Amino acid sequence: MPEFIQIMISGLSAGSIYALAAVGFTLLWQASQTINFAQGEFVMLPAFFVLALMSFAGFPLWLAILAAIALSVLLLGAIFKRLIVEPMISHGTLPLVIATIALGLLLKEAVKEFYSPLGQPFPSLFPQEVFVVAGASISIPDIANFIIAMGTIIALQLFLQRTRTGRCMQATAQNPDVAQILGVDVKRMVLYTFLINGALAAIASVLITPVYLAKFSNGEVLGVVAFTAAIVGGFNQIRGALVGGLVIGVVDNLSAIYFSAEYRQAVPLILLIVIILVRPQGLLGTAEGRTV
Amino acid sequence: MLKNLFMTAALAVSLSAGAAHAADTVKLADVAELSGAGAAAGAVWHDGVKMAVEEINADGGILGKQIDLVAYDSQTDPQNSRAMVQKAIDEGTYVLLGTVYSSSTVVNMLVAMQNGMPQITGSESPTITAKNNPYIFRTAFGAQKGLPKLAAYLKNVVGAENVAVVWANTEYGKGGHDAFASVAKELGINITVDIPTEQAQVDFAADVAKIKSSDADAVFVYLTEEESARFLIEADKQNLKLPTAGDTVLASQKVIDLAGKAANGALGHVGLTTEAPIPTIQKMAADFKKKYGYGADHNAIKGYIGVYMVKYVTEMIGEFDRQKFADTLHGLCLDAASHPGILMDACWDNTGEMSRASFLVKVVEGTQKITATLPAN
Repeated sequence: MPEFIQIMISGLSAGSIYALAAVGFTLLWQASQTINFAQGEFVMLPAFFVLALMSFAGFPLWLAILAAIALSVLLLGAIFKRLIVEPMISHGTLPLVIATIALGLLLKEAVKEFYSPLGQPFPSLFPQEVFVVAGASISIPDIANFIIAMGTIIALQLFLQRTRTGRCMQATAQNPDVAQILGVDVKRMVLYTFLINGALAAIASVLITPVYLAKFSNGEVLGVVAFTAAIVGGFNQIRGALVGGLVIGVVDNLSAIYFSAEYRQAVPLILLIVIILVRPQGLLGTAEGRTV
Repeated sequence: MLKNLFMTAALAVSLSAGAAHAADTVKLADVAELSGAGAAAGAVWHDGVKMAVEEINADGGILGKQIDLVAYDSQTDPQNSRAMVQKAIDEGTYVLLGTVYSSSTVVNMLVAMQNGMPQITGSESPTITAKNNPYIFRTAFGAQKGLPKLAAYLKNVVGAENVAVVWANTEYGKGGHDAFASVAKELGINITVDIPTEQAQVDFAADVAKIKSSDADAVFVYLTEEESARFLIEADKQNLKLPTAGDTVLASQKVIDLAGKAANGALGHVGLTTEAPIPTIQKMAADFKKKYGYGADHNAIKGYIGVYMVKYVTEMIGEFDRQKFADTLHGLCLDAASHPGILMDACWDNTGEMSRASFLVKVVEGTQKITATLPAN
């Protein structure tokens, strides 16, 4: 039983961070039909902003994190939209998908070339203290990661539902033409979505990197996990991406313990295939019809 | 007419300059993991290689020729490493240095062997020297030599009867795992949990939880640098109190740098360490730190030794002859007193396997502390 509790907590902690990345995925899809295959690299990169600001500019950790979030909002939000999405979106989804794959490779190789190909230690944001509950060792970083990630997603959900700007963003996602007729500044709302995705990626990055270490290749794992979580939960629902992230985090850990450590990476993908076959819209997603 | 004459003269001068340059240099290829999952090992190995090359060139080179070092990035991909080895051979390397990852070396050494190319590797998997390859030579002894010492330590000093084993599911990891399992059986150590992990695995939460719930009284870790650090960080996070031991990598400087205080308490049997009370190693480590701004680890020392192996053996045979190089190195012993670049007395047998003294270490407050020096076996 302590083992099960331990695994659930570790899985939920990791899963809540995956959910941050997955929510970003769904936001971009809903707002602009952008499937961002560079999302893993978006989560990898801000940790290097933090390290660079600390080592080259002498920033303390907290200031480096704030600056990294601001940089991510600018570069991974506004600049990404301006330079990649806007020129490509008119050519359809597929060219944009390919462009984001290329962007992911570029970011990965750039970090490798200009920072380091080696894994880098990343300072922990929280004290490494552990307390025991029902025989399971619960660490403060696990609890803090979960609280911050879930708090961020809940705050986002409240923003989207309870504020005028949030409702305008939802209207834009549901039907941009009607939203525009009703006076919503659609372009601005889409931009907000990209900015939020940049911030979510940065938060996920600073939470996950103390354990994963900062490395240029981290995006490979995180990108697949975020994409899988978004599909499993429901690509068109924020709460679906949230559930998807948590499910993947828990299933990954449970499968390593109770199924096979060797095939642990396969289990979330098997889950993905099953979901696509049985419930293509995802656990909490809604079916979307298309006409030609 | 005059223009043609000038062009012909310029061409002749440039060709003769190129020929003179080629005549004055000897090419050494270093095929290493400069990117990908193995970069933590390969990049440091390569820095060790570069430092030795610069020292040797400053001292007059090998038989009067300057070393022309060419780096090839295997990207930690066995198939790519094979292609890079072929490229290095085609481009005329005298001896091949690398690779460090056993899963690459076991693939690319076949190409070197088919071409009669001496290859000096940093790999430690037992399989490397068990394939009757007359051209492969180690810079550190294989796991099958080090692990009996570590297993005896776990049994006799730590008092471990039940051991959890965490290992990389790669050529390197399989070699270490099988060697440890064999020795554990001989010594009556029970392996209670046996956990294979993936290359570049990032999440060790489940693995640590599994060990915690077992009845193991020690953990044997056989992972590469970054995975070792992630394991130690997770073990610290889950408050795993068991003695954690490994071969060279677990207590290496790179892992200590990455894992921080989580590395404290880790036990290791290391073939090479900059903490060794040996003046030649301490000088090399100080020079390395001054040159690159970070501490050398066993991979840096291995790369450094590899280049000096080329120098000493070539000067012994008096010519750049690959076959004579390989023949001479088999059964050779080099003492550090008259061959300081070797750093510690070392011998190679007819399979290219190496014998050298080794150390038991414990990580205390971020540094390796040597607890015992063990004789060569």
